[in-house]
Amino acid sequence: MVLARREVATPPAGRGRGRKTGHGSVRGNAVRFGLMAVPVAFFGLFFAYPVVAIVGRGLRTDGVWQFGRIGQVLSRPDILDVLRFTTWQALASTALTLLIALPGAYVFARFDFPGKQLLRAVVTVPFVLPTVVVGTAFLAVLGRGGFLDELWGVRLDTSVWAILLAHVFFNYAVVVRTVGGLWSQLDPRQEEAARVLGAGRLAAWRRVTLPALAPAVAAAALMVFLFTFTSFGVVQILGGPAYSTLEVEIYRQTAQLLDLPTAAVLTLVQFAAVGGILAVHARTVRRRETALRLVDPAQTARPPRGAGQRALLGGVLLTVLLLIVVPLGVLVERSLDTSGGYGFGFYRALQSADASGSTFLVPPLEAIGNSLQYAAVATLIALVVGGLAAAALTRRAGPLVRGFDALLMLPLGVSAVTVGFGFLITLDEPPLDLRTSWILVPLAQALVGVPFVVRTMLPVLRAVDGRLREAAAVLGASPLRAWREVDLPLVRRALLVAAGFAFAVSLGEFGATVFIARPDNPTLPVAVARLLGRSGELNYGQAMALSTILMLVCAVSLLLLERIRTDRSGEF
Amino acid sequence: MNTTTKYAATALAAALGVTVLAGCGGSGGDASGSEGSEKTVTLVSHDSFNASDAVLKAFTKETGYKVKVLKSGDAGAALNQEILTKGSPRGDVFFGVDNTLLSRALDNGLFTPYEAEGLDRVASGAQLDSAEHRVTPVDTGDVCVNYDKKYFADKKLDPPQSFDDLLKPAYKNLLVTENAATSSPGLGFLLGTVAAYGETGFEDYWKKLKDNGVKVVDGWEQAYNEEFSGSAGGRKSKADRPLVVSYASSPPVEVLYAEPQPAEAPTGVATGTCFRQIEFAGLLNGAKNEAGGKALLDFLISKQFQEDMPLNMFVNPVAKDAELPELFTKFGATVDAPATVAPEKIAENREQWVQSWSSLVVK
Amino acid sequence: MLALDAATVRFGERTALDAVDLEVADHEIVCVLGPSGSGKSTLLRVVAGLQRLDGGRVLLDGADQAAVPVHRRGLGLMFQDHQLFPHRDAGANVAFGLRMHGVSRAERDRRADELLDLVGLPGAGRRAVAALSGGEQQRVALARALAPRPKLLMLDEPLGQLDRSLRERLVVELRTLFGRLGTTVLAVTHDQGEAFALADRVVVMRDGRIAQTGTPLEVWQRPASAFVARFLGFDNVVGATVTGTAADTVWGKVAVPDGSPGGRCELLVRPAGVRIGGPEDGLRCTVGARTFRGHHVAVTLRPDEGPDLEAECALRDAPDEGATVGVTFDVAETVVLPPAGPR
Repeated sequence: MVLARREVATPPAGRGRGRKTGHGSVRGNAVRFGLMAVPVAFFGLFFAYPVVAIVGRGLRTDGVWQFGRIGQVLSRPDILDVLRFTTWQALASTALTLLIALPGAYVFARFDFPGKQLLRAVVTVPFVLPTVVVGTAFLAVLGRGGFLDELWGVRLDTSVWAILLAHVFFNYAVVVRTVGGLWSQLDPRQEEAARVLGAGRLAAWRRVTLPALAPAVAAAALMVFLFTFTSFGVVQILGGPAYSTLEVEIYRQTAQLLDLPTAAVLTLVQFAAVGGILAVHARTVRRRETALRLVDPAQTARPPRGAGQRALLGGVLLTVLLLIVVPLGVLVERSLDTSGGYGFGFYRALQSADASGSTFLVPPLEAIGNSLQYAAVATLIALVVGGLAAAALTRRAGPLVRGFDALLMLPLGVSAVTVGFGFLITLDEPPLDLRTSWILVPLAQALVGVPFVVRTMLPVLRAVDGRLREAAAVLGASPLRAWREVDLPLVRRALLVAAGFAFAVSLGEFGATVFIARPDNPTLPVAVARLLGRSGELNYGQAMALSTILMLVCAVSLLLLERIRTDRSGEF
Repeated sequence: MNTTTKYAATALAAALGVTVLAGCGGSGGDASGSEGSEKTVTLVSHDSFNASDAVLKAFTKETGYKVKVLKSGDAGAALNQEILTKGSPRGDVFFGVDNTLLSRALDNGLFTPYEAEGLDRVASGAQLDSAEHRVTPVDTGDVCVNYDKKYFADKKLDPPQSFDDLLKPAYKNLLVTENAATSSPGLGFLLGTVAAYGETGFEDYWKKLKDNGVKVVDGWEQAYNEEFSGSAGGRKSKADRPLVVSYASSPPVEVLYAEPQPAEAPTGVATGTCFRQIEFAGLLNGAKNEAGGKALLDFLISKQFQEDMPLNMFVNPVAKDAELPELFTKFGATVDAPATVAPEKIAENREQWVQSWSSLVVK
Repeated sequence: MLALDAATVRFGERTALDAVDLEVADHEIVCVLGPSGSGKSTLLRVVAGLQRLDGGRVLLDGADQAAVPVHRRGLGLMFQDHQLFPHRDAGANVAFGLRMHGVSRAERDRRADELLDLVGLPGAGRRAVAALSGGEQQRVALARALAPRPKLLMLDEPLGQLDRSLRERLVVELRTLFGRLGTTVLAVTHDQGEAFALADRVVVMRDGRIAQTGTPLEVWQRPASAFVARFLGFDNVVGATVTGTAADTVWGKVAVPDGSPGGRCELLVRPAGVRIGGPEDGLRCTVGARTFRGHHVAVTLRPDEGPDLEAECALRDAPDEGATVGVTFDVAETVVLPPAGPR
């Protein structure tokens, strides 16, 4: 389908399509604004308004904006240290992630090997797991008694390396998916053509593949930078008190010290930084969508040949094993390692209504139910909001709409505590007194899910040939009907992929769930955190068992996604 | 019905199905119960709040009020959220402000004074606002250094008992504590040293403690589960610090959550290193159900609740007539002279103490 | 049936349709012929309602269509690259239009089968679109466009993507089929062979304007301008001045048919009218390339002066490359065209 569109460019109609052919009409605009009404209302009400309110609470005294505070806060040496460290570790993490994950992207794109699908799902699991769960496992690898310690006596748990490597662990999949996804669709024959024209292997790669890949690499690097710039759990758990990022500092200033002015300034700084990253990202993504000759990924992958390729594959598999599989394996191992030897004792304890005669902190099976329920509702909201936004953004249009595109990504870069506390002071009037309602949790989770939905669906929606819609229209389908008959079935797979991602992300979401007041329906990550918050072997073991369950649920949903992955989706 | 509609319908039904199923499995359904109704009293608290269903049901039976519990973050975050929503609170009663944060709550005028029934049964030492009764003490807990019994037995070394002991070379590189800026036990331990060595002397103490190899991690979870050799997590990750800042109630919890139950707790408490935390509850200013809130406050210090509390939150009751469960009497430690610092003093100096502590120990 | 009244479309600076007037009568097959960029596809899109007019009107059965959206115009359009719905099988593609018009399922199935039979694909209803060959896709696309019995069927480069032999066969089939069904057809193509084989009437377009309208025979025999002539593949065009029954050209004097207007003009000599004789006969030329075209040979002749000439001759009469020959012109294959204007 994509191929067809790229190969046949009808000169006049082709040039006019999408820009001029009626979409620019008043009617088209009305439809677009209609579609955008829900996403705009959603983001306005549940994101912009709360965030502005909490920032305003910090920067305004007696109705007067105190912008002088920005300068005051930003001249504090401790804050400058935080800013410097935040930027430095994000840059270092991004570089390290690219260094380690780009060979992986190549291997996943170009080689066929048994278990590839499974492995691709496995490397994505960290991305959707909450840091509370992963911190433990990661310490086990890098820290005392980890394999580095056992083999060479190297311990990284107290160094900044722990943070950097954990960031690689979390973001490996971002690079493999974004870059590898495109790489696998680049026609290898273009490189071959360059070889025939006399370019050496390296020169051919540098002149043909690299330029085609560069926007994807840039997009992936920016996403990794964004995620590491706003890193919270990793820095808190692995870095210890000596290291603090902007996000950690915002949390501390808001939740612990209630120093709202400082928090507001930091939020603005982070906002500006994230906005900048997203603006650059939006530009590279758009460049990426410019015509590239793409082919079916199945055609480009082949089993590795020769010692060099096998060594590369081996190296990548070893990296994945050490960096991702071992930490995850440690969780599983610990969930089975009871005082009476290996067994399912902790899992059985999850089911028993009453452990050791005392009331359960969290009935664990109930937590699974809660998690599934929240994730289902969050996914539904994310699909509706994200789907409508994607539909509205399908038609390329002016800078306003493009700005909206980037705006949808902003929640990824805003601290959960900012949003959570913002909810508190804004959603307090009927009919929107949602502060004590359970719906707040899935709403907050949906804020994180929407960008994934939009980013997954948009490329697919945009790849739907506009003339299919026209064909339907000529055959008597109204615009709405044409959308339903043509677009919807074509993007169904992307929709499922988006749903799965939103589901997995909601399932692992921790921040919003813990900062938002809610009736006591703890989710899996919250239950894990609570179990870890108590001494006692059973608590610890059950935390590991629940983490393993969470990991399995995430892995299974990701594996299902692998099966229905569409050509153009998988931005993350 | 055409194919597309069918797909859409199937997807929708599946999504709804999951929701409904999850609703059945979990307790999400009852969360959406009617709000602000006379019959519901809402308790806002931190994540550690826990009470037996039976006890809450008994309250409903006694007073006719159903208790709805909202939990929001750790103790600090929960209180700060209350301060943010001052005047338009989410609930009727707030539980979980301790003596380290008490002044912040009182200065912000969060609570309506109410003298709970049965307050005469409550230890007077815990009644820090006895003049105005804006808050009612509910429980106490002690932040103390815990030790790994096996380690000290193996080394044939006596575990430390006091703050001074921790400076001894025998205990070099053995203690792990939490960040006083972000962790409640971490702050408690710092305040304990302030109480013991005075506002000027504590800095000197920490210098020495640092020289003796104290390790600081961010939170209790990392300290206890990752670094402390006496915990389940610590044993698995070959942790090498046999001393950790935790609670006096941690040893009984270790016993409770072990299978099979050991005859003796694997950890002990250095009773000379304790700082006492007292937790309070108060009637929120602007509560929709004041009468219900008052009834709930009465209930929180009732014998029934006070006796239920230890095994749910692992704290000590404040009511003198409440009996401690056997688990506590058998495996817990008796802390005779815990350190304390007056709330006003904490409020006044907290920032500064934490700051100088940070620059001494963390940087 | 269909009438365009000064239809005008602009894309920014460029005028894609420049006040085009066109009428299509019931049961007529009209082919719009033109090079790419001449505005012929835009013409179809305007009629279908896929392209907004910047001026003029589109009338169907006398009714202005300005306010009628695409899906209510009741037209059929077969896209250049078929645009079959990839997620539906062949039968569902054919039945799509009927479904949009609320036709019952049984009736739809019956009619889809009937149309697939008609286009020569009996029993192909359950086949996936991706599994069809180019020619089969073509037929499905045609069946799909025909299914709702459109009052006007529009074809955009209907046979453009097919190989030559298939194209030649299909074009005959199509004409027969349309004749039998009495379908009114408006087709666009850049291939004059296709247009002449299919159409009752041919409309040649150039730069958004109509350059010539007429039956295939008329257009073939009397191209209205040098542009049309060249577009039809006739390259033996030269500037001339007619006096009586002869014209002065760089090739020398050429006889023209009786009654040709006098004065400046462009002169066309069809390749069949270029006679090759001995070097002493007429215009002296050197033989350039020879191209075999099945039944005849196209010979490029290089006169000492003036543009190259193309001649058509029998296989065994073809002169050797490099030979010097003499050329005379057959008056029956000579056409006087209007002089090249400013445009």
